[in-house]
Amino acid sequence: MAHEHKLAIFQGLLKFKSNTQKIWGVLILLSIITAVEVVLGILKPEWSMGKVLGMKILNWIFIILTIVKAYYITWDFMHMRDETKGLRRMVVWTTIFLILYLMFILLQEGGYVFDVYDDGYIKRDF
Amino acid sequence: MSTVVAEGKTWSGGNQPLQASYGKMMMWFFIVSDALTFSGFLAAYGFSRFKFIDAWPIADEVFTHFPFLHGVDAPMYYVAFMTFVLIMSSVTMVLAVDAGHHLNKAKVTIYMFLTIIGGLIFVGSQAWEWNTFIKGDYGAVQTKGGNILQFGHYVEKDGEQVFKRVAVRDFAVNTAHQERTQHERKNGLWFVSEGPLPTYTMDEVIHGLQANKDVLVRTQIINEDGEKTVLSREESINQIMKNGKVYVEGANLKVNEYGSPLFADFFFFITGFHGFHVFSGVVINIIIFFNVVLGTYEKRKSYEMVEKVGLYWHFVDLVWVFVFTFFYLV
Repeated sequence: MAHEHKLAIFQGLLKFKSNTQKIWGVLILLSIITAVEVVLGILKPEWSMGKVLGMKILNWIFIILTIVKAYYITWDFMHMRDETKGLRRMVVWTTIFLILYLMFILLQEGGYVFDVYDDGYIKRDF
Repeated sequence: MSTVVAEGKTWSGGNQPLQASYGKMMMWFFIVSDALTFSGFLAAYGFSRFKFIDAWPIADEVFTHFPFLHGVDAPMYYVAFMTFVLIMSSVTMVLAVDAGHHLNKAKVTIYMFLTIIGGLIFVGSQAWEWNTFIKGDYGAVQTKGGNILQFGHYVEKDGEQVFKRVAVRDFAVNTAHQERTQHERKNGLWFVSEGPLPTYTMDEVIHGLQANKDVLVRTQIINEDGEKTVLSREESINQIMKNGKVYVEGANLKVNEYGSPLFADFFFFITGFHGFHVFSGVVINIIIFFNVVLGTYEKRKSYEMVEKVGLYWHFVDLVWVFVFTFFYLV
């Protein structure tokens, strides 16, 4: 079992002296991201209400920040950073591909069903 | 000779291309499949939400409670706290794994213990959250078509007219002569029974609405400003009289005072499934904790079991990050 850890995050921009230090560093990062999410969620600033690709900018920010959080949890807490390329790709690529596929199909279909009820002749609510 | 030996080793499992032990790799594969299960649930939630995109409940208005702060409007603070607890217990877990690498039994014990405490706080918080959600807040009227009509009135706040919710119990008029007893199997046909009666009959709600001139009805439909539509006084009474069918309070799998019943269904199912994962994670952590205390891994000279349950525990945290986003934020 290899015990060495890669201690740099942000593409080597931030280097930690020990694994324990890195863990606390990542905790601070995750806490800041969560705090930003909550503050944005409560304030709902005017500029973030505009729409990009059919979704509010605010929601895009939330989703991107979530993926950032997921990255650091997987890479540093679950030590994905220290695993071999093969294992990493097997786990991450498979999951991401299948989730994107599933999301696309179901959200597309959901939007279609909404349209049918909205401007079609079908009514569900009497 | 040497090539034969090397080949023999290669083809009979002599090398480890992924440099991970069997147990750890299987834990990763389990996590992949479990991640797909959760994304199936979340995608189904997305489907239903897109299907009713103009009438979906707004999470900020649903989860507004904080323990011990009654009547204070605190959207999301408690969930943010729960998220922080779970991330924190993830940190203690990874510290336990790190201490395990240094074969430091005392530290592993402490960190495992803290992880278990964090998990218990989270599960307890979720139970509280469920309880608040099930009990309900203001009450609402469900229409024949299954839509939810809520009540409120306009109040002056900082020179602006703001719509404020009113609980049905605050304006419904008790018409005592209409007392109706619940039909039970013991006092009628033995094979016929009915569920608990709603707290108020439709007559009581209608009388209350007519008596309180400022109370208005709010529908599920979201307008251009991203807020729920408020009807005029005339329309309010008309809507309740014509379409109102039953008074509902709180949420369960059939009715939901906050809006679409599907919202409650998914809430129970997804947070429930996640809560079950946290619960089983706590149980597994306790087992490993006792193994650590008993010195099982000390004798093995390897704390890899801690690492494996650590993976599972972090995964539970990872899923929560997504549930938090898609249920409470977006």
